[in-house]
Amino acid sequence: MPTIGVKRDLLFEALGKTYTDDEFQDLCFAFGLELDEVTTEKQMLTKEQGDVAAAANASEEIIYRIDIPANRYDLLCLEGLVTGLLVFQGKVKPPKFQFVEPAKRQVLNIAPSTAQIRPYAVAAVLRNVTFTQASYNSFIDLQDKLHQNICRKRTLVAIGTHDLDTIQGPFSYEALAPDQIKFKPLNQAKEMTGSQLMDFYATHAQLKQYLPIIRDSPVYPVIYDANRVVLSLPPIINGDHSKISLKTKNVFIECTATDRTKAKVVLDTIVCLFSEHCAQKFTVEPCDVVQPDGSVLSYPELEVREERISVKRANAYIGIEEPAEKLADMLTRMYLEAKVDGDSLVVKIPPTRHDVIHACDIYEDVAIAYGYNNIKKSLPAFMQIAKQFPLNKLTEQLREQVAQAGFTEALTFTLCSRDDIGRKLNKSIEALPAVHIGNPKTLEFQVVRTTLLPGLLKTLVANRKMPLPLKLFEISDVVVADENTEVGARNERRVCAVNCNKTAGFEVVHGLLDRVMQLLSVPWKTANVTKGYYLQAAEDPSYFPGRCANVMYDNVVIGKIGVLHPTVLQAFELTTPCSVVEFTIEPFV
Amino acid sequence: MHPDLTERILQHLETADKVDTLDLAGLFSEDHQKIVGALKSIQAHGELVTAETATHKSLGLTDEGRAVVEHGSHEALVYAAVPPEGIAQAALMAAGGPNAKVGFSKAMSHGWILVDKSVSPPLVRRKVDTITDAVREQLQQVAKGKGGQLPAKEVADFKKRKLLQETTTKSFVLARGPEFATTLTKLETDLTVEMLASGLWDQLKFKSYNFDALGAPPTRGHLHPLLKVRTEFRQIFLEMGFSEMPTNNYVESSFWNFDALYQPQQHPARDAHDTFFVNNPARSHKFPQDYLERVKKVHSQGGYGSKGYGYDWKLEEAQKNLLRTHTTAVSARMLYKLANQEGGFKPAKYFSIDKVFRNETLDATHLAEFHQVEGVIADVGLTLGDLIGTLYEFFRKLGITQLEFKPAYNPYTEPSMEIFCYHPGLGKWIEVGNSGVFRPEMLLPMGLPENVNVIAWGLSLERPTMIKYGINNIRDLVGPKVDLKMVEEGPICRLDHA
Repeated sequence: MPTIGVKRDLLFEALGKTYTDDEFQDLCFAFGLELDEVTTEKQMLTKEQGDVAAAANASEEIIYRIDIPANRYDLLCLEGLVTGLLVFQGKVKPPKFQFVEPAKRQVLNIAPSTAQIRPYAVAAVLRNVTFTQASYNSFIDLQDKLHQNICRKRTLVAIGTHDLDTIQGPFSYEALAPDQIKFKPLNQAKEMTGSQLMDFYATHAQLKQYLPIIRDSPVYPVIYDANRVVLSLPPIINGDHSKISLKTKNVFIECTATDRTKAKVVLDTIVCLFSEHCAQKFTVEPCDVVQPDGSVLSYPELEVREERISVKRANAYIGIEEPAEKLADMLTRMYLEAKVDGDSLVVKIPPTRHDVIHACDIYEDVAIAYGYNNIKKSLPAFMQIAKQFPLNKLTEQLREQVAQAGFTEALTFTLCSRDDIGRKLNKSIEALPAVHIGNPKTLEFQVVRTTLLPGLLKTLVANRKMPLPLKLFEISDVVVADENTEVGARNERRVCAVNCNKTAGFEVVHGLLDRVMQLLSVPWKTANVTKGYYLQAAEDPSYFPGRCANVMYDNVVIGKIGVLHPTVLQAFELTTPCSVVEFTIEPFV
Repeated sequence: MHPDLTERILQHLETADKVDTLDLAGLFSEDHQKIVGALKSIQAHGELVTAETATHKSLGLTDEGRAVVEHGSHEALVYAAVPPEGIAQAALMAAGGPNAKVGFSKAMSHGWILVDKSVSPPLVRRKVDTITDAVREQLQQVAKGKGGQLPAKEVADFKKRKLLQETTTKSFVLARGPEFATTLTKLETDLTVEMLASGLWDQLKFKSYNFDALGAPPTRGHLHPLLKVRTEFRQIFLEMGFSEMPTNNYVESSFWNFDALYQPQQHPARDAHDTFFVNNPARSHKFPQDYLERVKKVHSQGGYGSKGYGYDWKLEEAQKNLLRTHTTAVSARMLYKLANQEGGFKPAKYFSIDKVFRNETLDATHLAEFHQVEGVIADVGLTLGDLIGTLYEFFRKLGITQLEFKPAYNPYTEPSMEIFCYHPGLGKWIEVGNSGVFRPEMLLPMGLPENVNVIAWGLSLERPTMIKYGINNIRDLVGPKVDLKMVEEGPICRLDHA
């Protein structure tokens, strides 16, 4: 969930009202936002960076940090937030966005070569913009927030904004070999080629994260003006030549993308939120974007979509009974202008509300405007005879019984290191049917456990101060790779118990096995009993030689029992002998 | 314990009607504590004597006071340290003993010494030729046990100077009791088989029990506190008529974990920063083909009344295996089954409580794996009001009666609501879970009838448990670092019990 920081005083000025922190928090809550923190630039610097020196000069103006739902891009800056709240409070009408057709449209030509790296581009122009320091900062912040969220850290969309008066159309979006591109990047003194730029920014705190998006590509995307001035090298950086300043009047906005829908949403969002600063408010100048096949598309689209919803269905979805007119009012407060038409509503979805893609999104806005906490409580009418999942039912019954037998339950981690199930247990990790994690952040999350044993041994180590004997158990899942399943792996529910004492006490865990089998009505296998359990001497490197057996049920190995090998104890830093039993309970469900 | 001492006390009482244990200590030349100990053993044998408590206040010397008795008062020491030719104040401070500073100001106020500022540096000189160290003399009287004769003013002054302290001694005034005897009989500690067989139990005297002591702890095993809470939650769902979903599949395909839930392929949750992807077995291939095509279409082009996300949906992304990030992946499988079961859709209530995995940054309240509690209801015409009503009933069973709902965003529910509850202990509203109505783009491709709505909610098992038991670090609750003493001493789980 993105968080934006806005200056409280600017916010209240724009809202035309002063609130206490609590009052503002309540307003946010009802609208689906959360006032996350009340702070100042100074506090943020001191807290986040410990930068006391920088903080000394920082502003002490109160800043509200507000959590914005991940799909409400239209609320990611002060301008959008204020409009959203004022409309919600019914103080203003949702703005209408209009195109102003210029004498001659700006043109952006997309070269076929861009298909190799970043195939889509859209563009728009904002005319006669007046920037103040605050609105300029907000403009930069908004681009940053969009880059971080909907643009997925610039992988899907990258935004470039330029001072139109410093460049000349038509513009050209191409993909060229890195060394063919040479320009002065934003705020830099000297020119560099595409390859030099990659080296130059390799250690840059913010930009280095974007370099891999194109670094290894044979061609880099680049936008030129009619005089071959570089506007930007998306998604890395703009050129210095066309940079925006407080004096900028006319803004050329381009978005390049690997996802056309997202590019259109981003462009719509920027022009909708910042056309407020145009001399003629809420107006936008469209651009022609010439596609590689020669066709021409006009951007921004600023499409106002109409959706027809049934009054009855909207009420029924939420569980309220409001007349059509009231629903229309409520939707209008949610930025969705609605008109009653018989027993349905015609809802206008503005270009700021790209999150509305289905009638259910409109129903939600009705519910928000009505107030979630005002909806009448009801209960589903049907009756159902409930059923437990049999494996879990058996698990619950056995847990209780094993605890009654004197063993204490542990709850250990499902994820562990390769060493935990391999080397430390004298096993080769390659030979185990383990599920491996591709992107572990630390050693603790390399594999999914194939045995419950390491977790119990770690629990013993952490509780060395407890008096002996320590008897622990866990009934939980391990995961084994299995080609015959849908995903190639399956869980297996196991019981594992450890007896840790001055002597290994094999008979203690053996006794538990006997007890569990007794509880499961499984007899000890004899000549007369064919389907019973028995122990079959086995060799296993985790166990002391001659002190290990397979637990057999119905002539199939269901687990292992034995005295742990001293090298295993050592690997887990245990100094007391342990005997262990571990077997699957799935055959007994 | 003190056989001879106990008998000496009893013998003394045979002739004396009353005696104070303090006097006995003097009489027997024994430490008072020993006399009291002997009294306790006498009392353990029955009502041989009666004992009434008495308190004695007395004045005693502090360590500092004892030093004065031995060496002289601080001011006398300072006076003595001043040689006839005078001494610099700093040197005097060094020579005048550990309390020279106090001694100096006292000696000055008595007029024993003076500071001669006519020379530089100024010198301290004697002002009188002889002094009488009254403080020492009076404290010597106290040391001899004649403190009672000291005037109250001096006592107060010496207490202030921490030379004297008042001590309270507790003693017992003894008299013969109803079972008085001059010897003690040996007492039995426990009833035995032999006593029963011989019938001796009738004549023997038994040691009285100390009912203030704790019993011997029973030998037993224990259930883990978090799993006790899990049991309680299962019980609640079962009481509410919810059937349990099979959630024993930690490895899941991206298709069921994300795509089936209408979570677009570029969604940040699908990023390697948030999700554990599995590289062995890396991919799943067995999907219901028709359904997969419908999912692909609703993502890329829309349908079922939706605009869709308008992006190029890729099968390779859906095939990627991962550790499920939520049990909702299982809910999706169950709803698909519900839509495609023999006889068609029937209303259903499902729940599950099981582990989920997130590749998140770890801190005191976040682990890479935790338990998710989930409830799902599918029926024709369910409303948001039904969800709110169900949540009130569910949380009431957890002992939570005050709820608030906040609009939220979730890719697979619309409307979505964050659930807040009022925590009287913390005195504030805290977020306890998420809920919503599953999107039609998720349900309709599964083949569920168009008029069926599905409401659902989820919360973590760990968070309410930590709040309930006041645990601040999740590692104190889950994992190998858990203190087994905490496991052993934990109460049974009664969530609706204050």
